[in-house]
Amino acid sequence: MDIGVLLVYGILGLTVIVSAIGLIVSRNALYSALFLVVNFVAVGLLYLALGAPFIAFAQVTVYAGSIMVLFIFVIMLLGAENLPLTEPLRGQRALGILLVVIFLAEIVLYYLLRTTPLQAIPLTPQSLASPAEIGMILFNRYLLPFEVTAFILLGATIGAIVLSKHEGPTRPKPGIQKPETPVEG
Amino acid sequence: MPMSYYLILSAAMFAIGVLGVILRRNPLVVFMSLELMFNAANLLFVAFSAYHQILDGNLFVFFVMTTAAAEVAVGLALMVAIFRAKHTIDLDEMNMLKG
Amino acid sequence: MNFETVLPLAPWVVFFPVLGIILNLLVGKRLGEKGIGFIASLAAGLSFGVAVMLGLGLAGEPEGGTYHFLRWLAIGEFTADWNFRVDTLSVTMMLVVAGVGTLIHIYSIGYMYADVRHNGDPNRFRRFFVFLNLFMAAMMILVSADNFLMLFVGWEGVGLCSYLLIGFWFEKGAGGIANAQAAKKAFVVNRIGDFGLLIAIFLIFYNFGSLDFETVFAQAGQVAEVLPGVILAITLFMLLGVTGKSAQLPLYVWLPDAMAGPTPVSALIHAATMVTAGVYLVARSQALYQQVALAQDVVMWVGAATAFFAATIAVGQYDIKKVLAYSTISQLGFMVTAVGMGAAVAGMFHLITHAFFKALLFLGAGSVILGMEHGHEHAAAHGSHADEGHHSAFDPQDMRNMGGLREKMPLTFWVYLIGALALAGIAPLSGFFSKDEILADASLHHPPVYFVLTAAAFLTAFYVARQLAMVFFGKPRSEAAAGAKESPAVVTVPLVILAVLATLGGLLNFPATHWLETWLEHSLYGVEPAEFIISVALISLAVALTGLLIGWLVYGRKPLEDSRQPDPLARPLNGLFLALENKWWVDELYQALVVKPYLRLAQFLAQPVDQGVIDGLVNGAGNLMRATAQLWRRFQNGYVRSYALTILLGVVLVITYLVLR
Repeated sequence: MDIGVLLVYGILGLTVIVSAIGLIVSRNALYSALFLVVNFVAVGLLYLALGAPFIAFAQVTVYAGSIMVLFIFVIMLLGAENLPLTEPLRGQRALGILLVVIFLAEIVLYYLLRTTPLQAIPLTPQSLASPAEIGMILFNRYLLPFEVTAFILLGATIGAIVLSKHEGPTRPKPGIQKPETPVEG
Repeated sequence: MPMSYYLILSAAMFAIGVLGVILRRNPLVVFMSLELMFNAANLLFVAFSAYHQILDGNLFVFFVMTTAAAEVAVGLALMVAIFRAKHTIDLDEMNMLKG
Repeated sequence: MNFETVLPLAPWVVFFPVLGIILNLLVGKRLGEKGIGFIASLAAGLSFGVAVMLGLGLAGEPEGGTYHFLRWLAIGEFTADWNFRVDTLSVTMMLVVAGVGTLIHIYSIGYMYADVRHNGDPNRFRRFFVFLNLFMAAMMILVSADNFLMLFVGWEGVGLCSYLLIGFWFEKGAGGIANAQAAKKAFVVNRIGDFGLLIAIFLIFYNFGSLDFETVFAQAGQVAEVLPGVILAITLFMLLGVTGKSAQLPLYVWLPDAMAGPTPVSALIHAATMVTAGVYLVARSQALYQQVALAQDVVMWVGAATAFFAATIAVGQYDIKKVLAYSTISQLGFMVTAVGMGAAVAGMFHLITHAFFKALLFLGAGSVILGMEHGHEHAAAHGSHADEGHHSAFDPQDMRNMGGLREKMPLTFWVYLIGALALAGIAPLSGFFSKDEILADASLHHPPVYFVLTAAAFLTAFYVARQLAMVFFGKPRSEAAAGAKESPAVVTVPLVILAVLATLGGLLNFPATHWLETWLEHSLYGVEPAEFIISVALISLAVALTGLLIGWLVYGRKPLEDSRQPDPLARPLNGLFLALENKWWVDELYQALVVKPYLRLAQFLAQPVDQGVIDGLVNGAGNLMRATAQLWRRFQNGYVRSYALTILLGVVLVITYLVLR
């Protein structure tokens, strides 16, 4: 394989891993968010390489764009709180790392023992992953899940509004009238 | 590129995401780690979609992304509400619901 | 009268009393005692009228028929209907029940008027008549049933009414609970018998696949050939039910205590009708009993033993109603013997005549008690040297307190005399013919039974003479007896009617005509023509007269001087009389053999078993759960990251399984 291509893929993979590690080790949440943006962009490039331009751009606009803006906004709102580094739960850190290592090892084992070897990925023809084609499938075969997704988003919007609405203690609820302000007809 | 490249990359991202969820006490970072895990799964979806030359994988990524967006919106709203009540967002401080 | 036209009237034998209940419950309070009594008596009377019409219809078509009223159960192949069986046997029972019942309803108007006032709660007048009508309805269901299930419904219904009416004054009696205990005893002892009947019904259902009389009786022969043991079991379990309801050995003990109920109840339920249900059941099931001679013998001997045993106890009793109660048990024994011997007609004949003269005797005794109570209250009101504190101890039913009532209550005396002589079996009266028919049949086929029954007949005549002498002859032995006065017409008119019936009842199956036999042979299986044996008749007459004479010699010639004087027989018979007076200590025996161990068992099951083992298991399960939860709650520590770690652990385990699979 071409050394240039290998180099590009190597750098992309490294970026993904490093930004992910950076995300979880940064003490400042804002840095984590920025690492996540880097990660998202790198993964989006990988999508492009896999011949999925629609998903790649959706990744960049939805994730790296709006969701990250939301994250950063909340971090600003709540203050970038620096929590102490000490681990209050005894054994949590060691056990977690141990389990993750076992998890990875098992996945590798599974891949080696249980699956047939995979070929290289064929190049995706331009027509296959075009937005027009995706739109056709989305509004035909996946129409019902699409509509359900719309409702999930609607529910999430309403839920977010209700949860973050500030209920002041002084404002009386409508319908509960105080006796000293009688309503005369 | 061979398939194993994507598999290894995805597994690594997922494992790092798991570590973030388990070890970090800042819920915002936990959320980001969750997004990382979503991304690992998405990457595999797209990779296998290309491998088998079927578009369905791409569409699943689309659905995962919308659901993740919804989840983040609700989760962050919860964070704001909790912060208002407890004036902290430390996950370990939210341990009142216990046996 | 055409049978087809009167058949649809059959349900009304049940529904007239039910209407009476409803009317009395709805408007009885406003109508007053006269209205309540009128409605209840009218309901019973209309029921009797329907029975008469059914009887007239049957005269033209004696095979009878079944009126389909409604389908009760339909489970697969099995059906049970509420049908009204109208044949000569059931109509005979209806006539007796409704006829005697109506007279007793009328009598009760007068009796209960005084009784509710004597017991101090006039509000219960209505309740009494509702119960009486309920009893009529249940008894009619019993006798008109077309299958064993409906029969059982009526059987339980009359048992319930018996319980309710025995405990009518449930807060009265010795210690305030004696009446309630008597009611409870009747109920529980009857349950034992009903248990037997239920088992018999189950066996019938299991082996015949049906509970309808027609089907079961038609198949009895075939089943008996294949499974003789089953028929034996059915008949013997049925006999257990009979011993409960008809107060035979060994379950008779409830009937004497049942005298705690008001006297009309004793007359109607515990002498004339309900207790004869067992006799009716055996007569109805003749087709089954005739398949197994052993069961017949058992029934016969149970009856004969009861007849003699109860007669001995009656000799030693002082309570006027207790004497009659044991006499009833004894006479029921005669009937059971008759149906056991296969002489169902004789048994039914005695059932009818007994209903007449025993109802007459009980109502007469009620009249005597009314007179005594009146005399007692009269004496107490005038305060004429009646010692204080005597009031509560005074027992108006104790024959030792009576005496000389012949002059005070002449009408009651004469009708009572008729009833007593009929009971003793004196020639032209009804009891003579019916008892003689049983004795004649026994003398032909079962000589040992004949001797036992003759001995019982002798004792019957003896205690009848004793009772007559103690109640009506001599001179008054208490203030109450001295102040007694004749009862009102509403009480005495039914007595007179019953006296006429008791006198002429023998004509029903007069040896020359055998009306009852030709009437009943259409619905009874295997009726043999009864024979009138002149020697047996003469012997039984002689025995009865001897009994009366000896009784007169002991009690009448030299009457008791005062109420505390011991019985003249107490000295010559010594311990034996003590045994009679204490009813052979059967109650005490049952108490020691059955009740005490049962209570001890219940105590054992309640204390160590229930509270120890059962509660221990239940509480143990709870404690185990709590201990386990105590262990697991340590994992529910509230740290969401721990939960995440646990999820990861689960994921790792699942993948481990997938790898190692």
